[in-house]
Amino acid sequence: MAKLLQQFAGMENGVTMNTSAAQGSPDIQFDQASKRYGDVLAVDNMSLSIERGEFFSFLGPSGCGKTTSLRMIAGFEQPSEGDVSIGGVSMLGVPPHQRPVNMVFQHYALFPHMSVAENIGYGLRQRAPRPAASDIDRQVDEALEMVQMTGYGPRRAWELSGGQQQRVALARALINRPTVLLLDEPLAALDRKLRRDMQIELQTLQRDVGITFVLVTHDQEEALSMSDRICIMRDGQVVQSGSPRELYDQPASVYVADFVGKSNFISGKVNTVNGDAITVVNQHGHPFAGVPSGGAAALTVGSDVSVAVRPEVIVLGAHNSSAADMDTDVAVNGRIKNRIFLGEHTEYLVDADGLGDVLVLSPKHVESTRGTFEPGGTVAIGWKNDTALVLEDK
Amino acid sequence: MIMRLYSATVYLFLYVPIGIIVLFSFNSGRHASDFEGLSLKWYGKALDNPFVLESLNTSLIIALSAACLSSLMGTGAALALQRVRGPLKTLFDSLIYISIMIPGIVIGIATLVALVTVFDLLNPMLATLWPEGVKPPKLRLGLASVIAAHTLFTMSLVIVLVRARIAGMDRSLIEASEDLYATPLRTFIQITLPQLFPAILAGFLLSFTFSFDDFIISFFVAGSNTTLPIYVFSSIRRGITPEVNAIGTIVLAVSLTLLIFAQVLLQRRDKR
Repeated sequence: MAKLLQQFAGMENGVTMNTSAAQGSPDIQFDQASKRYGDVLAVDNMSLSIERGEFFSFLGPSGCGKTTSLRMIAGFEQPSEGDVSIGGVSMLGVPPHQRPVNMVFQHYALFPHMSVAENIGYGLRQRAPRPAASDIDRQVDEALEMVQMTGYGPRRAWELSGGQQQRVALARALINRPTVLLLDEPLAALDRKLRRDMQIELQTLQRDVGITFVLVTHDQEEALSMSDRICIMRDGQVVQSGSPRELYDQPASVYVADFVGKSNFISGKVNTVNGDAITVVNQHGHPFAGVPSGGAAALTVGSDVSVAVRPEVIVLGAHNSSAADMDTDVAVNGRIKNRIFLGEHTEYLVDADGLGDVLVLSPKHVESTRGTFEPGGTVAIGWKNDTALVLEDK
Repeated sequence: MIMRLYSATVYLFLYVPIGIIVLFSFNSGRHASDFEGLSLKWYGKALDNPFVLESLNTSLIIALSAACLSSLMGTGAALALQRVRGPLKTLFDSLIYISIMIPGIVIGIATLVALVTVFDLLNPMLATLWPEGVKPPKLRLGLASVIAAHTLFTMSLVIVLVRARIAGMDRSLIEASEDLYATPLRTFIQITLPQLFPAILAGFLLSFTFSFDDFIISFFVAGSNTTLPIYVFSSIRRGITPEVNAIGTIVLAVSLTLLIFAQVLLQRRDKR
């Protein structure tokens, strides 16, 4: 299989060489693109570049415009305003069948009246001039081998399991050696275990064939685990884009901090700003200190903000422990409302004094040395100020 | 209990006469009233009768032509109507259903009046177009007018069936084909048509059956032509013979087979 992938990748590189003038320029570019359906603005003035060879994800809840963005790349939708270009060429008015991209559809959209092999060879058969039948057969066999489905060619699409249909859909798209592969929620219909396997497989496949993958998903875990870069969308607008680590460590807003991973939020007003040290006073008058998030705009005194504290940076200690006892900067007493054992971690829900419900994630090795806390019991929580991010409320 | 008895009576009333026709078609005696023994001789007689064969031929030509035309035009109309929205769509929908529900006699009279009026209008015009001394062609009632009248109402059946199929079709199949470099025409031929085919075939079979069985409309617009139902009607005036029973049974068998086949096609359509 590795050899075949090399072959696929090699062919792709051959194509890339020819267009070396475009090297370094982005593969896909949204230039102030908007899409309107009647009064609804599905995509609002989006400007975005996707680099060649990147695994890029659009992440957001349903109705945020991520699928519309993908469909504008595929050509199923034309932007109402602005432009979308592929490989430096404007795609305005170019119909889907003339675009050098291929898509894996959400429910695979395999042609039910064709065999697996006919499905996979479909794109090759549309070429003018049409390749020889033996050539198509050979490439279909290679594609089947690439997705580990050798021998499934004569089967009907509906005889296959969900995971197998997924592989056929991948093979049907990749056999055309597109410059960009579009994936519309490709793993949503699979069960959890299979989804994990396919995530790894997709990532490996993308690295091996070396073409740009653009994924649309509402599953933050899926986006975080596979992507080189993620664009988080909300109400048709790009909220923040960056690498998974950037989005997790330096969220630009409460929305991003909440959408990517879990977070506790303490809302309040900015009291002092001193370089990277910010103090915030919450509604009960308690002061909290934090650092600004790298992705966020500068903060001014008096503005409404939230202090975001990730559950895994919070430390648990015995009731009435001081900050020094726990080696933290903050110490708050509370009562344990709930405890969930998650294997690697234990998740506590603590009703902290003056803060309300706070989620705490304790790793297994800490639990085993310190001991567990029982639900209903009293406890102290603490964290270091430089792990608390101050984010503007939006 | 009374309701059960009532529904049993209704079914008996509906199906016993049909059963008797089938039974008596196998009668070896020459009278329709008393059953003398099993025989296929009336089938032989019926299929030897040149009038029966000619009217059967006429009926088959009409049914086949009407079914072909309504499948073609009905599919085209269904494809065009999927783009129509708003009040215009409601209007077309109601017109289609009305044309299915309108009694045959109304279609018969209306088509007859319309055709005769149009022919009266066109024939003099045609006569002026033809050179002096050459006999101009004359439009009159005949096979074509029956085919036209049948196509008119069977087309609605095809439209309804094909539209239901279009509505149930996965849009992403068409998008997938476009995405895989197929031009709109090739997408239509390779994806849309095969997807719609069961519905089109079912519509064809239903149209064929409806046209083949139709008596009323044919009676009005057939002119001097005799279809099988018209032949049966006229021979019944001379008394019900086992030969008529045999013809009736053949028509029943053909119609039922086609209807069941059409039903199977429509049932299977949801299977991927």
